[in-house]
Amino acid sequence: MSIGSVPLRYRISVDHDQCMICGRCVESCPYGVFRKEGEQIHVNSRVCVACHRCISMCPRDAISLVERPVDYRSHPIWTPQVKEAIYNQARTGKIILSGMGNAQDYPVIFDRLVLDACQVTNPSIDPLREPMELRTYIGKKPAHLDFKMVNGDTVLETKLSPNLLLETPIMIGHMSYGAISLNAQQSLARAVTECGTFMGTGEGGLHHSLYPYQDHMIVQVASGRFGVDINYLERGAAIEIKIGQGAKPGLGGHLPGEKICADVSCTRMIPEGSDAISPAPHHDIYSIEDLKQLVRSLKEATEWKKPVFVKIAAVHNSAAIAAGIARSSADAVVIDGFRGGTGAAPRVFRDHVGIPIEAAVASVDAKLRSQGIRNEVSLIASGGIRESADVAKVIALGADAVYIGTAALVAMGCRVCGTCYKGLCPWGIATQRPDLVARLDPDFASVNVANLIHAWTLELSELMGAAGINSIESLRGNRDRLRGYLLDESIMKVLDVKTVGA
Amino acid sequence: MADTVRIDAKGMHYTPLNRAIKAAVASGARKIELDNIMGQRFIADGLRGDVEIIINGVPGGDLGMFMSGPTCIVHGNCEHAPGNTMDAGTIVIHGNAGDAVAHSMRGGMIFVRDDIGYRGGIHMKQYKEKRPILVIGGSARAFLGEYMAGGLILVLGRKGTHPELDRGIGSGIHGGKIIIRGDVSDKHLGVGAKKDDLKGEGREEITPLIEKFCVFFDLDPASFIDDRYYLITPASARPFASKYTWEV
Repeated sequence: MSIGSVPLRYRISVDHDQCMICGRCVESCPYGVFRKEGEQIHVNSRVCVACHRCISMCPRDAISLVERPVDYRSHPIWTPQVKEAIYNQARTGKIILSGMGNAQDYPVIFDRLVLDACQVTNPSIDPLREPMELRTYIGKKPAHLDFKMVNGDTVLETKLSPNLLLETPIMIGHMSYGAISLNAQQSLARAVTECGTFMGTGEGGLHHSLYPYQDHMIVQVASGRFGVDINYLERGAAIEIKIGQGAKPGLGGHLPGEKICADVSCTRMIPEGSDAISPAPHHDIYSIEDLKQLVRSLKEATEWKKPVFVKIAAVHNSAAIAAGIARSSADAVVIDGFRGGTGAAPRVFRDHVGIPIEAAVASVDAKLRSQGIRNEVSLIASGGIRESADVAKVIALGADAVYIGTAALVAMGCRVCGTCYKGLCPWGIATQRPDLVARLDPDFASVNVANLIHAWTLELSELMGAAGINSIESLRGNRDRLRGYLLDESIMKVLDVKTVGA
Repeated sequence: MADTVRIDAKGMHYTPLNRAIKAAVASGARKIELDNIMGQRFIADGLRGDVEIIINGVPGGDLGMFMSGPTCIVHGNCEHAPGNTMDAGTIVIHGNAGDAVAHSMRGGMIFVRDDIGYRGGIHMKQYKEKRPILVIGGSARAFLGEYMAGGLILVLGRKGTHPELDRGIGSGIHGGKIIIRGDVSDKHLGVGAKKDDLKGEGREEITPLIEKFCVFFDLDPASFIDDRYYLITPASARPFASKYTWEV
């Protein structure tokens, strides 16, 4: 008791003049902030996580939320976050787990990059009346093509590798059933099917209710091999081997037993209530040669009909690793930057391990080009893609397409409160509690997600048109359309971009 | 198509070999005999069906990976990870096998006549009627049953009186059982594993497995059945639960 309680993180207050005591806040809050006593709503602010569900449901705008209503003595080094982590560990002696992505105040490189537009010397293109080509193919491209003449017709002789056809370079990354709810996965699946793009299953198997959307789903094989059998591999449009994750590079995963309900247990193929532990490494991959063997085992099992992706966290030597992956028969490399989200990760990893996606993509693209193998793999960027400008910038830095994760969840109501690990998500996203899951209606949420992808696609075509580009292929790796704004010289060298004004 | 198909795999790459196997299964073969196997990986990878595959030679890594149903009988040693993520079926190995045998196996049975390498049965798991079983006739190297989440590993140590043991048995085990003939000392146990004498029901469970093993390899089950066994199980179903605290 020597440490005492830490100050409130959030203070909730109810304007009793406005409040009509309808009780929606009481129903909305699974954390138990609100209770009705007599003819008044009372609050317990200490359990609030700032999910905003009550605020969004209050018909009278009677609820206010203030973050950190109690000041500590201000200090630039000993911030409230630093001190409270110490109090926590002084009490428990344990590793701190936290939710969502990197919460450290690192500079965002995307926000120091600006895009180009045409003026006078070459005309911009109006996407309203000119076709804009956003279609993207993910997979190996042949280094050269061989043709032969057959009865006067030219026939392609080169055998092409399977590619995924994306109508927009925006896909949804891997969030497993278990980490998110079935309604959330269904909403995402319907949205990507509608938009002609793809989503990842995560390492949680493929629930039977998602089979109608399987042609738009990339099935994941991670170190726990949960939910993986030959049926699962054959159903996916592509297969992704997860080596690492941007939110916690070097670590595996750990879905606590409380989240393994009957249905989650069924798709993961493990008993109800048991911990689902994904080890840090794949125990059949201890080298780049072993990776090649896993890639080929998946291709062999599916008769070389499916593209195989390999996802790694963005770390210091991503470029050399990606070059190894490109030689492993894999069809795409996914690089997950250190801002990638997660349901739960040790805070020290989330905030301190890995590198930003902007630098990782640029260095991987440069390495693959320098070795003449850029055509061997597609490059998918993920982790911290927040808006269409980020999509345009990361493609200009060399990516073929992006995965979005958190942004798609925000489109379904997520407030990025970072409390996914409690399993009580009031938006029905990161929870398995049936009454909470029921709050997310796939009929509506799928439209919201599809709207977001559609809107970003429109913005992307406007940005391209303004730059005089009518095909996404002309934007890819086109660093000349980027300039660094107050980025230091060494970073600009890595990104291979010039400064503004140059 | 005849009931039995023979394929000479001399100098053959694994992809055409697997195509030939799949084609034979599709056309109704019940038995496929592969001759001159020398290091071809992924044999029977993702293969379904009720078929017996006789493998004469030494198959490469990942024999029977993702396999769902067939029986593979290997007349020779195996490379690493036979039965990797296998779903159903049987693998019988007349010899030794390398590391990570039965990696992430979720169903079916593997019988190895002699020894296996490191990390055998790593992350085996079970669900409802699917319960993988790995029977090792000889000994296993370190980290047997690491991260094990379900299923059964039985070690018979048939070469000496008892298996030679190595460290880290059941390291991180959170489900399933490892049963070892003879004595297991605490120094061999991995983190999160505990041991007990195997009694009653456990003994009844292994008897038919020993008998089956002895039929495959033409051995006398009596000496195995009348011996002492140790049972290694998880000390906790939540081995990592006490490592973490939540941020708020």
